[in-house]
Amino acid sequence: MILLCTVSSAFIFLIVFSYDYFVSRRIIESDIENQARTLALATVNRIETILLSVEKVPENLSSFLEKGSYDERELLELLRTVVERNPEIYGAAVAFEPHRFAKEIPYFAPYFYKEKNGNVQFLDLGNKSYKYIYWDWYQIPKELNRPQWTEPYFDEGGGNIVMATYSVPFYKKVGGKRELMGIVTADISLTWLQEAVSSIKVLETGYGFLISRNGTLVTHPLKNLIMNETIFGIAEAREDKDLREIGRKMISGGSGFILFRSIVSGKNCWTYYSPIPSNGWSLAVLFPQDELTANIYRLSQIVIILGVIGLLMLALAVTLIARSITRPLKAMARATEEIATGNLDIELPVHRTKDEVGRLADSFSHMKTSLKQYIKELTETTAAKERIVSELKVAHDIQMSLLPKHFPPFPERKEFDIFAILEPAREVGGDLYDFFLVGDDHLFFVVGDVSGKGVPAAIFMAVGKTLLNRLVEKGTDPSHVLAKVNKELCRGNESAMFVTLFCGMLNFKTGNLLFSNAGHNPPLLVRSGQKPEWIKVPEGFILGCIEDATYKTEMIVLNPGDRIFLYTDGVTEAMNREKAFYSKERLTSAVEKEKNASVEALTHEVFRSVKVFTDGEPLSDDITLLAIQFNG
Amino acid sequence: MIQIFFFLLFFLTPAFVFGQGSPLKKATFRPQWKPQAQFAGFYVAKEKGFYKSHGIELTLLQGGPAFSSSEFLADGKADFVTMWLSNAIQMRASGHGIINIGQIIQRSALMLVAKKSRGINKLEDINGKKAGLWGQDFQIQPMALFKKYNLQVTVIPQSFSVNLFLRDGVDVVSAMWYNEYHTLLNAGLNPDELTPFFFQDYGLNFPEDGIYVLEKTFNKDPALSCAFVKATIEGWSYAFAHPDEALDVILEYMSQANVPVNRVHQKWMLNRMKDLIFPLDNSGRIGMLESSDYQRVAGELKESGLIKEIPDYSSFFIGCEIRAEQ
Repeated sequence: MILLCTVSSAFIFLIVFSYDYFVSRRIIESDIENQARTLALATVNRIETILLSVEKVPENLSSFLEKGSYDERELLELLRTVVERNPEIYGAAVAFEPHRFAKEIPYFAPYFYKEKNGNVQFLDLGNKSYKYIYWDWYQIPKELNRPQWTEPYFDEGGGNIVMATYSVPFYKKVGGKRELMGIVTADISLTWLQEAVSSIKVLETGYGFLISRNGTLVTHPLKNLIMNETIFGIAEAREDKDLREIGRKMISGGSGFILFRSIVSGKNCWTYYSPIPSNGWSLAVLFPQDELTANIYRLSQIVIILGVIGLLMLALAVTLIARSITRPLKAMARATEEIATGNLDIELPVHRTKDEVGRLADSFSHMKTSLKQYIKELTETTAAKERIVSELKVAHDIQMSLLPKHFPPFPERKEFDIFAILEPAREVGGDLYDFFLVGDDHLFFVVGDVSGKGVPAAIFMAVGKTLLNRLVEKGTDPSHVLAKVNKELCRGNESAMFVTLFCGMLNFKTGNLLFSNAGHNPPLLVRSGQKPEWIKVPEGFILGCIEDATYKTEMIVLNPGDRIFLYTDGVTEAMNREKAFYSKERLTSAVEKEKNASVEALTHEVFRSVKVFTDGEPLSDDITLLAIQFNG
Repeated sequence: MIQIFFFLLFFLTPAFVFGQGSPLKKATFRPQWKPQAQFAGFYVAKEKGFYKSHGIELTLLQGGPAFSSSEFLADGKADFVTMWLSNAIQMRASGHGIINIGQIIQRSALMLVAKKSRGINKLEDINGKKAGLWGQDFQIQPMALFKKYNLQVTVIPQSFSVNLFLRDGVDVVSAMWYNEYHTLLNAGLNPDELTPFFFQDYGLNFPEDGIYVLEKTFNKDPALSCAFVKATIEGWSYAFAHPDEALDVILEYMSQANVPVNRVHQKWMLNRMKDLIFPLDNSGRIGMLESSDYQRVAGELKESGLIKEIPDYSSFFIGCEIRAEQ
């Protein structure tokens, strides 16, 4: 993560830096081109101005010689004056074609030149073995029929100075034909020119150099190259084809801005070259690239150093921030592991900042405290629940003990068989059944269902059962029993519980069965050898709601072999996984199927059939089954 | 005391001076031009002590245009000189007793050069053009060429530079292959912009620089002459095998003679000398003057009217039968 941060920052920095570097370089380069051009052109103009002023002298002289008439004395005087009056002119000559000045004189070329001390000296070039008509300064303008600047040359007489000569041919009309009379020349010392060019100083090592039309170096910081080397010779020595091409462009009068490896320093230099129009020489001005870019380079170095420092600091900051985040997170992770093992007493790392991590730490601490509290409460609740469960177990046992559970309950009585099953949905239930003998010939039985389930229902049921036991006596009318129980239950029934109840009083001597109902499911009557049928029960309101409710008693007569089958709605409303009820129909058919079995077997079978139907689903309500067979 | 001194001098001097056996023979040599790679073999042989090891105490004289080598030889100012074969045959024909003891340059370095930009791509294109030609012996071949191929050419005297040609004052210029041709290249002209004419391509090959000695000098001590030639050829072989070292030697001689020094130019010259000195037959022999070459040059001289009779070849060339590899 830290590496990624640093690398991406470095990448951004690099892009910005490169852009900046290349743009500044380009700006400087274009600036340099202008500077170099300006400098070169200024120098070219300076040289050109002097060359043009020098050119005027032999041009004027030749035009005078063409038009005017003169004798030898006048010519020499004129020539001397020209040399004396023009400080930039080193020497001047009027060289005639053989026998042109005078028939008897084959070679005549008066020449005036300045000595070192400034005195003007005379020399007749025609008097020596010096055959002037074969020299460049004479031959070239003669053959080309136009004025020419010579290549620079060493003056062999003078003080080892480099000179150049401007030669102008002059003519005379002879018989309508224009014939060459001779050449007028003006020599200039190139010392001033060399000084002008060497005064070009660019930065530390930049310089200018001048080459002639042949590419000969006329001025150059390396003195031994001057007049000794051409730019092409240097190109050959350096095996530099580009330099040769540059040289060719220079001597052909081109100008341009190029990158050129300096002969002096070997460094790359931005170079502007431009021709000197009058003599076709070419001036180049070199700007050393590394010095030009030195500032950018230095700046770039500083920027890079700053950038690297910045990146390091950034990396450090990122590391610290990341650590400040991850350290508490790691500590919390360790704490969580510890907590996961159940140690809630571990001390959480303290984090004082108000940022997200601080809030997380706070929440985490809060969570730990809550968790601890919750577990404490849970422990207490569990303990309480365990206590209740154990108490419920006891309650269950007590409740069950309230119900008659020994079958056959009255083994001496053969007049009837009775069997009952009660399966509470929870530890204790709200269903009840009971039966007991009243006198010698009556059996009282009851099946009820208290609203709700669990402990309240069980207690309410116990209350109901106790009331029944207390109220039923010989000759008691079942409806009266219900009315009384109702009255008792209504009294102080603040929890608004109620109970449905079916009760009957069987005279097992006669088979007369009196019964009353308080909102309970009607039982099944199975006449011996017949199909079960629902007993029509009298209407009666559930117990525990309306204090002065009244109940009716009905009577049927049982014949020997007839059965009564009672149940609570926990049976018919027992649900399987598909939420289907067990239903009265299943109950009816289950009872019918077992019509020949004993009441015990019948009860067990019906119970079993309910269990099969629910297939392991927990009971939603208590189940109570009670079967009585009258034997006569 | 003095007797003892003379006694010592008499006995010790030979031991000092001629300590290596036979005494060194003194001789002088003058090349026909100022120091340059054209004479590399001589300077290298001198510097490497080849002359000494052949028993010669050689003095190198300064050459140059002020005097001609033939004058120096005729006047006895130099024992050995170099000059062109054409020059030497004319001397011999005019009665000077000079002999060739080693023909160095086998082929014409003299050539004509024209610019393609002036419309000259082949020899016939020269017709009607202006040519700058050097004088005297330098004109023998060009004139013979023009005559042979029936070319009308306006001849302009050529001086010391090729500037007139560079500025198109003439269309054709004479040049030495090892010198002015390179000057043209180093004035910015590319080889493909030039049309060179080599005389050997037109049946006018003239061997040039040869080593000459007066007959009487040779006869007095033929071994000396042959030793000189042998040492010189060793010098050339060494120079070609060690061009950088040879250039150093030449440049040093040039500096001493106050001649402008240009290493690249001298390197070109040395390379061309290698082309010119070794014969085309790849025999590796240096210093032979073939009879056919001799007859051709002498024939052209007679044709030009420069000599009346062709001197006898066998008495003109005394080969020392030296091979380069020896």
